[in-house]
Amino acid sequence: MATKRVGVSPQPFEEIVAEHGPTVLRVCRAILGRVDAEDAWSETFLAALRAYPRLRANSNIEAWLVTIAHRKALDHLRASRRLVVTDELPERPARDGSPEGWESGLWEALEALPLKQRQTIAYHYLVGMPYLQVAEIVGGSEDAARRAAADGIAALRKTFPKGESR
Amino acid sequence: MMKERDLFAALPTIDEAVSRRLHQRLVDAASAAGLLDVAYRTIETPVGTLLLAATPKGLVRVAYASEDHDLVLERLARDVSPRILRAPARLDRVAREIEEYFARRRSTFDTPLDLRLSHGFRRTVLSHLPEIGYGKTASYAAVAKAAGRPKAVRAVGSACATNPLPVVVPCHRVVRSDGTIGQYVGGVEAKHMLLALESAA
Repeated sequence: MATKRVGVSPQPFEEIVAEHGPTVLRVCRAILGRVDAEDAWSETFLAALRAYPRLRANSNIEAWLVTIAHRKALDHLRASRRLVVTDELPERPARDGSPEGWESGLWEALEALPLKQRQTIAYHYLVGMPYLQVAEIVGGSEDAARRAAADGIAALRKTFPKGESR
Repeated sequence: MMKERDLFAALPTIDEAVSRRLHQRLVDAASAAGLLDVAYRTIETPVGTLLLAATPKGLVRVAYASEDHDLVLERLARDVSPRILRAPARLDRVAREIEEYFARRRSTFDTPLDLRLSHGFRRTVLSHLPEIGYGKTASYAAVAKAAGRPKAVRAVGSACATNPLPVVVPCHRVVRSDGTIGQYVGGVEAKHMLLALESAA
């Protein structure tokens, strides 16, 4: 594909959706949960489509989309008043990680984490961004981003000890 | 010890139904917001898979598989707008007309056209091509004359070769003065097929 590119012409947006749609949906889902994730995904790609012709050539499209998704997810959390300004784990009983429900249970366990942990885990582990870039999106230092993700992972491990056997 | 990345590799991938639903939702929202600058789809025909692309103004591009549909879409992104989505419903009408044409139930196209990809004399040439009736042919020289530049026979050839709307704008009806079929954007075989289709009607 890359070899056929016509000069610096932009990729058709359809290709952007095909290439990055799944990742953005996973990010939205990790941060918002199943129901709101699809709304946030749609809002993200509509906003991206609007701004796309003005995007500079050679931009990191994935980081651009994740940044938009980050803001759209925050809008949803604010609208539904789920934006809790605390780093405390919400009081919620840990689910037992039965092997069959492992995958879907992981989403739920992610939802139970504080926002910053969900965000840093989503951007670093689901998208694959380095912590420096994660920090640029969530704010704060690179170290703080790394710590938040590590705390989140530790909490997930407590919920899903059986995951270690995989 | 398990690697963290593997923990998330176990998350289910997005299933096909969700992808389709989200894509449709994006197309609808983009249409409603006036952000769908180019809609496209493909259609299977006796001359192969055709790419159809439309702006809100009308059909802007018909492309043969030999033109490389990915490349055609990239050029549309550059020359018209990168706000391009696969949106088959937006091309239902033209797809139906093309199907009717190949079924010999239609001899002229009524779908609105957007000729923005053609400029100057080439565009003038294209605007004269529908004057060649269904099942008829005209020579490059005759078209040059009709377009007001009788000596520009070669330019008529390049106008046909770069026709952004083959099949619908009938450059396949332009042949050489000696009666041989001449070149065609979709290949000589496709040109033969279209002329045979029309003459059999």
